[in-house]
Amino acid sequence: MDLTRGEVAGEAASRARPARPGPKGTRPTSKRERAGRAHAVRLALMAVPVAFFAVFFAYPVTAIVGRGLKADGTWQFGRVGEVLSRPDILGVLWFTTWQALASTAVTLLIALPGAYVFARFDFPGRHVLRAVVTIPFVLPTVVVGTAFLALLGRGGLLDELWGIRLDTTVWAILLAHVFFNYAVVVRTVGGLWSQLDPRQEEAARVLGAGRFAAWWRVTLPALAPAVAAAALMVFLFTFTSFGVVQILGGPAYSTLEVEIYRQTAQLLDLPTAAVLTLVQFAAVAAVLAVHARTVRRREGALRLVDPARTARRPRGTGQWALLGGVLATVLVLILLPLAVLVERSLDAPGGYGLGFYRALGSLDASGGTFLVPPLEAVWNSLRYALAATGVALVVGGLAAAALTRRAGRLVRGFDALLMLPLGVSAVTVGFGFLITLDKPPLDLRTSWILVPLAQALVGVPFVVRTMLPVLRAVDGRLREAAAVLGASPLRVWREVDLPLVRRALLVAAGFAFAVSLGEFGATVFIARPDRPTLPVAVARLLGRPGELNYGQAMALSTVLMLVCAVSLLALERIRTDRSGEF
Amino acid sequence: MALLTLSDVTVRFGARTALDAVDLEIAEHETVCVLGPSGSGKSTLLRVVAGLTAPDGGRVLLDGADRTGVPTHRRGVGLMFQDHQLFPQRDVAGNVAFGLRMRGVPRGEQAGRVEELLELVGLPGAGRRAVAALSGGEQQRVALARALAPRPRLLMLDEPLGQLDRSLRERLVVELRGLFGRLGTTVLAVTHDQGEAFALADRVVVMRDGRVAQTGTPVEVWQRPASAFVARFLGFDNVVDATVSGGAADTVWGRIPVPDGSAQGERSVLVRPAGVRLVDPAGALRCTVEARTFRGSRVAVLLRPDGPSGGPVLEAECGLRDAPRVGAAVGVAFAAEDVVVLEGRESGL
Repeated sequence: MDLTRGEVAGEAASRARPARPGPKGTRPTSKRERAGRAHAVRLALMAVPVAFFAVFFAYPVTAIVGRGLKADGTWQFGRVGEVLSRPDILGVLWFTTWQALASTAVTLLIALPGAYVFARFDFPGRHVLRAVVTIPFVLPTVVVGTAFLALLGRGGLLDELWGIRLDTTVWAILLAHVFFNYAVVVRTVGGLWSQLDPRQEEAARVLGAGRFAAWWRVTLPALAPAVAAAALMVFLFTFTSFGVVQILGGPAYSTLEVEIYRQTAQLLDLPTAAVLTLVQFAAVAAVLAVHARTVRRREGALRLVDPARTARRPRGTGQWALLGGVLATVLVLILLPLAVLVERSLDAPGGYGLGFYRALGSLDASGGTFLVPPLEAVWNSLRYALAATGVALVVGGLAAAALTRRAGRLVRGFDALLMLPLGVSAVTVGFGFLITLDKPPLDLRTSWILVPLAQALVGVPFVVRTMLPVLRAVDGRLREAAAVLGASPLRVWREVDLPLVRRALLVAAGFAFAVSLGEFGATVFIARPDRPTLPVAVARLLGRPGELNYGQAMALSTVLMLVCAVSLLALERIRTDRSGEF
Repeated sequence: MALLTLSDVTVRFGARTALDAVDLEIAEHETVCVLGPSGSGKSTLLRVVAGLTAPDGGRVLLDGADRTGVPTHRRGVGLMFQDHQLFPQRDVAGNVAFGLRMRGVPRGEQAGRVEELLELVGLPGAGRRAVAALSGGEQQRVALARALAPRPRLLMLDEPLGQLDRSLRERLVVELRGLFGRLGTTVLAVTHDQGEAFALADRVVVMRDGRVAQTGTPVEVWQRPASAFVARFLGFDNVVDATVSGGAADTVWGRIPVPDGSAQGERSVLVRPAGVRLVDPAGALRCTVEARTFRGSRVAVLLRPDGPSGGPVLEAECGLRDAPRVGAAVGVAFAAEDVVVLEGRESGL
């Protein structure tokens, strides 16, 4: 390659203004006209996602914040100070922050050795196990909560064996968060680790660095941005944790999100909920800003190689012990809760059997909890999730296409905007839907589409994050080669981009589907009583006393877990080695 | 009439000017090589002709019609990219047929044309092979077939042989030249390799910093480089500032005879290594042998002129047996037929 920096820069510049078709014929167009047209295309691509986010995200959230902070038509910003000086609220803030920090630290501590083992060791069952540790990440938080309840709660496994109960302690929450986010670290850090060229470390060794020094000076700095990015994601997910804390936290512990739910749904104290929403929004925006920076740094100049080349069988006692330790951790921390969940679901009063599952099919067994047999929630969920996946793919796909065309600050802001739904209180979004989308022209209160729309909001960031790296990795000159051979811009997209991103599209669809399936915070508000989704039904069952309700919750969670796991394992088969940042 | 005309084409990337008011004409059936170091703007030139980069000024005419604002896919030119850019998800035939499909050529006709082209580039029957399974040379041939398939009026090649190893490169250059001759294709190629350019081209255009430094047949450019820059780019290092008057030039190496009719005044001169003769030290420029490099049947000898103002190192070319030892003291004389008076001073590079 004899490209000088100048030529590369030139190419980048020209790639930023791709040739657009002239209006029929051959009227000469100036450079500025062309740039203007490229800009117009970008704006057109962004129009749908922007409209979607404006109507179904910004509008409901603003409306509900406005309702909380406005009195007689004027903003009451004084309420922010009032709310934030209440000791109970300060307690919630403090707990939310420190449990998120602690969860992040514990997750890193436990998952980093796992990241190394999955990245660098070759052992039988490695790929299956890698898929298995990813299951918790796409599991609905309600299921995670339920699984840990079955392990650590009243009448749980530990309670039966040793009389230990950890529910309503902070330990249950921390462990559930580790369970939930283990895969984030293994995937984000391990993904990079497996692609780091081992010869870099070897070069350091040849230059006189010891084994540790080489790792410390060469590998760790290369990994640091990925570690930071993973830590920030874990922090974000645990900071906004809802389902897990709702189920395991008991009355003593509540995060911001849980408190927002309590204030909105139980105490009907909208001003407090609005202030808390704003606080969470500010915190999440700050975390996302830092995350965007570290991700950009991660894309910097690293020598990456094929992951298949870096893995090898462990050697020596130390490495075997490390492998054993990681496998034991996975067994206890990830497989055990899932297994206990399944076991409890089968542990019917008259001995092991499918009693709880059968009860799901009838209305009488629910004792008035539901208007329809709980099993119908399965079909509701599947239908909603499919619709949500469709919406998320269209919105996210267009957004990713717009973001691929590298451009200025406007687009970069858009990038960050897409991540916000991951962190903004889902409870607020759900409640916002209820109060804003109830009058013409957007009277969706009675429409089934309301739930999929809310679920698509959390699906879109996953679609964008999965598609974007793949789209960006498509060599721009491949598109140019097609253009020179006579392909129009639309044809170029169909002939070059689409075949290359088809896999990523499937992966994105799977993620969006799993996330939609498990969405709880918003759905719990807007799902109609006669059409509950799986997570909503589980939560409702758990909220009722009695062994039958508990058993049914376990059974329904198992069903939900199986649906998620199947879609995830299907993904793992088609997943390319380099797709996405999750 | 010229098939391709560039007039006054200028391209700027921010503060950098990649092409500075370039004029260029290519006649039908002509093969032109643009030669220049990295960053001289030669790739940008191709991109402007293909419509991949919009010029900030000037016009691109194909067959006399202004095509400056026409989008790439309607220009009907062929471009072979430096690293081939074969479509990874298609097989060899899918790649070669791509341009035909874009032009709506019927399927049956496509297949025949693909086979014909694969035959032409020496890969008969390779249509079903995966692109990833091809060697570098084979990829090169597929890329060439793909570019030729739609019968472009003008075929452009960006570093056509850049990434291949030497022996393959030398063989392919000969093949390409024969092929273009047979097909009557008009070709515009860019390369940084002078050997490649001289072997391939009817006419060579040397570029420097976005401008044309010299145009001419390979022999003209080789024998009479226009400037110190061109001379050095062609690999000649015996270039010094000189004051030419009459039949001789005054330099730090002493008086050097120049051919009759050479330009006069403040200039620089090039002495080809063959024109540096080793003679008896008495009365000649005294030098010490600094290094010897074997080049097949010849030896390149680096000579360091003695004395405080001896001037830059001189390269001489000797037969294997006549080459002096490193450290030996020799005298140097110059032969006028291997001296070229260049435009401008060396220091004005």
